[in-house]
Amino acid sequence: MIAELGHFTLVLAMVVAFLQGTLPLWGAARRQAPLVELAPAAALLQFTLVTLAFLALLNAHLASDFSLAIVYQNSHSTKPLLYKFSGVWGNHEGSLVLWVWILALFGAAVALFGRNLPRPFKARVLAVQGLIGLGFLAFSLFTSNPFARLDPAPLDGLGLNPILQDPGLAFHPPMLYLGYVGFSTAYSFAMAALIEGRVDAGWARWVRPWTLAAWMALTLGIALGSWWAYYTLGWGGFWFWDPVENASFMPWLAGTALLHSAIVVEKRDTLKSWTILLAILTFSLALLGTFLVRSGVLTSVHAFATDPSRGVFVLALLGIAVGGSLALYAWRAPALQGGGAFAPVSREGALLLNNLLLATATATVLLGTLYPLLLDGLGGPKISVGPPFFNATFLPLMVPLLVALPAGSMIAWKRGDLPGVLSRLGLAAAGTVAVLLAAALLADTRSTLGLMGFAAGAWVLLGSLNELAVRAGFFQVHPARAWRRLKGLPRSAFSMSLAHMGLGVLILGITATATGQTERILAMRPGETVALAGYEVTLASVEQVQGPNYAARRGTFAVQRNGAPVTTVHSEKRFFPVESMPVTKPGIHSTLLRDLYFVLGDPNSDGAWAVRLYHNPLVFWMWGGAGLMGLAGLVSLTDRRLRVGAPVPARGSRAATA
Amino acid sequence: MGLRKRQRMIVVVLALALVGAAAALVLTAMQDKIAFFVSPADIASGTVERGRDFRLGGLVVEGSIERASDGSVAFTLTDGAGDVRVLYAGILPDLFREGQGIVAQGRLEEDGRFRAREVLAKHDETYMPPEVADALKRSGHWQEGAEKLR
Repeated sequence: MIAELGHFTLVLAMVVAFLQGTLPLWGAARRQAPLVELAPAAALLQFTLVTLAFLALLNAHLASDFSLAIVYQNSHSTKPLLYKFSGVWGNHEGSLVLWVWILALFGAAVALFGRNLPRPFKARVLAVQGLIGLGFLAFSLFTSNPFARLDPAPLDGLGLNPILQDPGLAFHPPMLYLGYVGFSTAYSFAMAALIEGRVDAGWARWVRPWTLAAWMALTLGIALGSWWAYYTLGWGGFWFWDPVENASFMPWLAGTALLHSAIVVEKRDTLKSWTILLAILTFSLALLGTFLVRSGVLTSVHAFATDPSRGVFVLALLGIAVGGSLALYAWRAPALQGGGAFAPVSREGALLLNNLLLATATATVLLGTLYPLLLDGLGGPKISVGPPFFNATFLPLMVPLLVALPAGSMIAWKRGDLPGVLSRLGLAAAGTVAVLLAAALLADTRSTLGLMGFAAGAWVLLGSLNELAVRAGFFQVHPARAWRRLKGLPRSAFSMSLAHMGLGVLILGITATATGQTERILAMRPGETVALAGYEVTLASVEQVQGPNYAARRGTFAVQRNGAPVTTVHSEKRFFPVESMPVTKPGIHSTLLRDLYFVLGDPNSDGAWAVRLYHNPLVFWMWGGAGLMGLAGLVSLTDRRLRVGAPVPARGSRAATA
Repeated sequence: MGLRKRQRMIVVVLALALVGAAAALVLTAMQDKIAFFVSPADIASGTVERGRDFRLGGLVVEGSIERASDGSVAFTLTDGAGDVRVLYAGILPDLFREGQGIVAQGRLEEDGRFRAREVLAKHDETYMPPEVADALKRSGHWQEGAEKLR
């Protein structure tokens, strides 16, 4: 009964989405106030309805109602509670409901927090949100009904893919979707601006917090996914340039470019039509990601079901959303008047360079992701485009971006003084050289790529610290005064430095892990000890243990350093009888400086066990760097200047840069 | 207006230079950084180039898995029209088993054996890599629904 109510509310939500997507547009065009006023109310109602549907689905999962097809296919009565909860979105139909729910959430948030938006503009934004909602609700109801019943109801379910039964994966999809779907607001704002033919600093100020929130969630969502891959897939890697990963990375790159170009629109009233285009492209790439992941074009953990009609439906949605918005763009964008001129060497120029590089990098990733699919579709040879391709194309494009970053974040608007900026970056440059020398002398590897990575990471990290110090005036005034000035800086200044520092830390972590990993693959007998990067690792025992819904073979590794015990690590091979699938759980011991990562494999005929032992330096820095970037987004969101309609104070940085 | 025109020119030139550089990078990478998919039959016919990476897909022959004392594994892949011995130093994925369709990435050695750097057997026990399914279809060893029965 509750499931039928959920189905009904989902249908109602689609009707409301239709009204939300049409009447306010008409009302705004014809200046009919009641229809314009309808938009926020409809957005809130839609959110309420989708929430009810979501709760009905949650109820079915928690109560293990196996008369529902998706509960039967993805759950089991012995499944732990957390995974019954996360099982709601651990399948195609349910994840689509989550998608629509987050879309409605953003619509409701615009309705509630966008009080200072001009009413017709707000109505248009919400109408576009309504149209997107209409498309995806139709997709859900017509091709992927989450409330489909089974008759007769089975006694128990088939269980959830054990690889998905993991706390990291419980939170990865909602976070990622907050990012993907959050960019829909940037898209809706861009569409509304195109309809009105007007983009100004106010528009940029409205759109930025939404873009920022989406970017922050996407950053953390990707990091969670990468973390999950690292600690579950068992080969010590964290990023595989897998098409599914690229699908989430492309909107992130475009969204990062959008965040930067929106600043130019806000401060200098220029680069408008480019920013609008980026807003459209970012959400289009998010939709493309949804298509790639949901259509079954790619085979991966994410492709739950391959039903061709679904692929065609998403492709149609993608075509309408991308084609429609680009057509509107082609028609209206020429009317957008450019703002102030600027010299090539200026903050505007630096942000433009950032945008060009990020856009080109996005294009190479897009090419590498789609080319094998296109080639296959056209009947060409089957190829696989993997890490070597992306390392050879994406990484070189990041070099100029990272080199230019510290200088670009310090240079003045309109016309900059590059030699002056560089002279103030002397400290960071000296620090970078020191890090480079230290890496060349100390690190296990001396690969050129590794040294370049360390230099780039150190330059970005130290450059950002340097920038903050210069801005506070640490090199000009008394430190106590500079300290006071630092505390008085606007939060958005901190958030910029923090985000760039996070990027630097992330690069250092990635470089260290990718180039400094020590790997030992061997067969060990219980009691045997081997050396690994300065540690002595003993396979202490292998025994059988019983989990809540699995049986496991657990290997216990004792780790010593120079005879002193360091830690004990367990790696398990779990067997899930319901799903009849084995899953390997690596044993990991993390510190700030390194991870010890052990995997127990299969036994040999002579009683030894195949094991994989890794020493991964600075892994934590990757997660820490991504976390810093997310935190930076949060800090910036709490800046009062970003609040819509708040008075704009004089730029706090003027004193420092003048 | 002159200033704006000049400004726009600089942007256009910069963008073109970047796109050119990116295109050059992509084209070079396409030369040697992508891996083609081959079947055991292709290797048996001797048309496969040595010394470059490719992906090999097929079914793991029953009883062919040998584990050496140093932790490395050897097994035979087949598509019905050809057999290839695969060497792999590492831990096989959880879903690797006899009769399973898998994909290995690596190089062909001088003695005709395939040294894998990576072995992929993904996701669930009913999954058949599409490339393997295609190879089996081409060699006439494909049975509709066979992957479900295993």
